[in-house]
Parts: sequence; structure tokens; C-alpha cells
Amino acid sequence: MATQPTLGEVLQSQGVSRRAFMKFCSATASLMALPAGMGAAMAETLASAKRPSVIWLSFQECTGCTEALTRSHAPTIEGLIFDFVSLDYHHTLQAASGDAAEHAREQAQHDHAGEYLVLVDGSIPLMEHCSTIAGISNVQMLKEACADAAAVINIGTCSAYGGLPMAKPNPTNAVAVGDIITDKPIVNIPGCPPMPLAITGVIAHYLTMGGMPELDHLGRPQAFFGENIHDRCYRRPFYDRGQFAETFDDEGARKGWCLYKLGCKAPTTYNACAHLKWNNGVSFPIQSGHGCLGCSEPNFWDALAVYDSPAKGQFGDGAKLGAATVAGAALGAGAAVLARRKKTRIAEEEESAS
Amino acid sequence: MTLLEFARGPAIHASLIILVAGSMIRLVGVLALTRGADLSRPRDVFGNFKGYRTVFSRAWPSDEFTIVTRYQTAMAYVFHIATLLVVVAIVPHIEFITSLTGLSWPGLPNWIGVALGTIALVSLIALIMRRLSKPEVYNSTVGDYVTWIIVALPLITGLMAFAHVGLRYETMLALHILSSALLFAYFPFSKLMHAFWFLFSRAQSGVAYAHKGVRI
Repeated sequence: MATQPTLGEVLQSQGVSRRAFMKFCSATASLMALPAGMGAAMAETLASAKRPSVIWLSFQECTGCTEALTRSHAPTIEGLIFDFVSLDYHHTLQAASGDAAEHAREQAQHDHAGEYLVLVDGSIPLMEHCSTIAGISNVQMLKEACADAAAVINIGTCSAYGGLPMAKPNPTNAVAVGDIITDKPIVNIPGCPPMPLAITGVIAHYLTMGGMPELDHLGRPQAFFGENIHDRCYRRPFYDRGQFAETFDDEGARKGWCLYKLGCKAPTTYNACAHLKWNNGVSFPIQSGHGCLGCSEPNFWDALAVYDSPAKGQFGDGAKLGAATVAGAALGAGAAVLARRKKTRIAEEEESAS
Repeated sequence: MTLLEFARGPAIHASLIILVAGSMIRLVGVLALTRGADLSRPRDVFGNFKGYRTVFSRAWPSDEFTIVTRYQTAMAYVFHIATLLVVVAIVPHIEFITSLTGLSWPGLPNWIGVALGTIALVSLIALIMRRLSKPEVYNSTVGDYVTWIIVALPLITGLMAFAHVGLRYETMLALHILSSALLFAYFPFSKLMHAFWFLFSRAQSGVAYAHKGVRI
């Protein structure tokens, strides 16, 4: 068996300097809130890391997560780290097809039992006929692939929380990976799509520390999902001053005022968009003039209407309140009539007694 | 369903329905009652007019009581005005009212909203301090304290949610909406109904006294 190159060797062959690699490791270590000095340790461990076997399962998804990771911008160390993993199975990226592709997955599961990572994008339909690969239902393939996995990383909101396929009326009865796999460590990297650095950051953490990073109550890495977008938003001062865009093309919108009234979900969304930004730090949705959709939160599609601010109640029309008013008035009038009758009766009784 | 979804959905729905229906039951139930027949000639021919005028003329205590009552009267005014402004003039609340009624108006900057909320809370604390220190004046019931807590909770949770203090923002926002829902549901069946009754009770007292020839 030929000796596999280490990550350090791969990066060196791609022309990545030691300085650039150290810079990446320091940045990633500090981003992930690892102790001081971990940057150097991370560099050392990562440089000598062997290729981990990765099985990437794509279920009910749109391939946006893969696109975000592979086409985000010019090749970077993040991209190269992703290239470094032994991607033994991935519909979109693998050259093999048909039986050869499925065989590659089975081979990887067998050869690296207990060591390989399963990355999943897309939700899983419990109505099994709705999505199959090579005649195998998504539920079955997920269970098979996860049986001997070291850990599962959910890439994107669909695999993490069900996402768009699970939105009402959920015709395929879609669920998240965590609803099916309960006996493996699971890391959720939600987003529609998720931030590429969050994906490679978790992989780098796994390669360096041999385990998964600290997670929040929704199974997301604290390092990337620990902060509220609203708190980090460069438009926050406009919120505090009460300066809001009222429509997408008014003066406030042109001046870059707060998008809260246009339905921005930043106050209830936790992600790194506002400070890491996208496309090599160029921009993020709010900077481009559209409010945050809250895509890294569970049930985001159904929970909060896209163009309604978080403060708005989901009332529909006022018919129910109108009906309540009429019913209340009728009950009140009824009570008054009864009270009047009682009053009259007592008065009559008193009169007849006297 | 998350706590915020529950608060924004079923909880606030139910509480508003209880608020509207409950208030109507009490208002119509009382106002539709008849008064006993008036068998005496009014001492003052303008009695009714002067009685209704009482609604405004007694908005401040009469001179005899000014010194004794000015602390709670002033504090109560500060509390009511600050609370009213917070309820109707900060942007998230206007957004909520807009979602219900379709009406909207310009909001105050958030820092003024925070200042008003703080003033409302401080004046509410000042009022409970007086109530606690003078039990013989107030003859408080358990309901009075429960009402105070139910009024204070939305103010506290709202300020905490805005300042991102305590729990996560979405949880604080949910607690703020839930505490407001509690206030709405409690409103018709408590002394908070004075928001409506003060008009009728003052007018009724004024009419009755004017009828008897009391100088209003």
C-alpha cells in the first residue's frame, strides 16, 4: 500500500507557504476559542495528519451546501483542507457512478470502520419511496453508513434540523439526521448554505483534537454559532437610533439603515455571517440589502414569516378578535339581563312582604 | 414548537381573545344594568354636566388632599405616561400593533424607549414601596400584589430582552411576550380594569354628588 501524503505535504505541494499555514491555524484556533498556543499545536498536528475517510451523503437537498464549500472563492487553505480529506463517496463530486460508486461507499465503511466521518446534507424522508439512491432508501443508507462511523457532521439546515423539505406541509415526512441517528456524536453546521469556514473549522478541530468542538444546545459549534448576528451587525447603530428602511427601495434602504422592519431575523439568529462574511469576507446578506432569513435556526421557514419582523404576532386577520368582541358583548348583555331580572324579583318580593 | 413560537402564536392569540371578550363581558355587563329610579329633584340643574366634568377635574386630587397624596399621584402619573409611551411608541410594539390592526406610525429611538421603560419600572417600584410602608392606608389584598407582579414582569423582561441581559434574546423575547399575554388575560378580571372604569366611576360619583348639591 502506497504511503499516503500528510496534510503538510499536500499543502506544500500546492504552494502553500509555512507562514500562510501557520496564519490559518492561528486564526482557526482563535476562532474556535481554543487555548493560547493551540495554533502552533494545531499546525503541528494538522501538518502530520493523515487523510481521514469521509462519506458524504446527499439526501433531500439542493447541492447548495456543496457549492458553498467548493465554489466559494479562489482556492484557499480551507478549500485545500477539504480537498485533503479522502472523500470516498459524494454524488456530485465523485467520478464513479452506479455500482462502482456504491461499492466505494461500502469499501470505505468496511476499511475504515469506526474511524470515518459521515457528512450529510439534506433531510431524510420517512416516506422512504420519496428519495432513493441506487434503489436504497435514504433512511436505510443513513443507518448503514452511520453504523460504524466515528462521528456525523450535518452540513446545512436540512440535515441538521429538517430545513426546507420539512417545511409545511412536509409532503415527504422529512426529518433531521438526529431524529434517526441517536448513538453517534453529531455536530450540526446549519445554514442555507452553511459557512465554509465553519465546515473546515470543525474538520480541522477533529483532525487536531481527535474530537468535536464545544456545541450549543442545538448541537452547533459554539465557536461559529455562539453569537447573535444582530449583536455583530454593522447596521446595529441604526436600530438603536430608530432608523429603519421601510421598503427595499426607499431612502432608508439606500442609506443602509436597519432592516428590522423588513423582516430581518438577525435578532433571533446565531451564526458567524456578520463578522466572517462570505466570499472571502466580501459581504453577507444584510450588507447586500436583504434582511437575515434566520437560515441557521431550526424550523426557520415556518417559524417566522420572511418579511415580518420578529415582533409581529402571527395573527392573520382580526376576525377572531372581532368574534371575541361580539361574543363578550353578548355574554355581558346576558349577564346584565339576568341581574336586572334578579333585581326586579327581589324588589317585588320586598314589596309583597311589606 | 419553540417557546418563541408558542408565545407569538397560541399564547398571545388566546390572551388577546380573553382580553377583548373579558373586557366586553365586564363593560357591557355593568353598563347595561339600570340605576334605580331617581325620585328626588336635582339640587343642581347642571348636575349631570358637572358630574361628567369630574372625570377631568378630579384628574388631580383636590387641594385638601394635595400634600397627603401628591407622592403617589405624581408617581402614578409618571408610571402611566411612561408605560403608555413604551407600549405605543417603540418600534417592536408598533410592529406588533401593525400586525394586528394594519395601523402604523413613527416610533421613538430605542434609547428613549429604554429610558421610558426604566422610568416606568422605577416609578412602579416607588409605588409598591409606599404601599408596603403604609399598609393602613392601602389595606392591600393578595390580588394587589399579584397585579403589581403581573404589570412589572413585561417591563422587566422587555428591558432585559432589549439589553440582551440574562437568557438568550429569543428566550427573553418569548418570556416578554408570555408575560404580556399573562397581563392581557389577567386584565379584565382584576383592578387593571380601572383603565376603563375610571371614566365611568368618576362620572358616576360626580353625577351623584352634583345631584345632591355638592360643590364639584
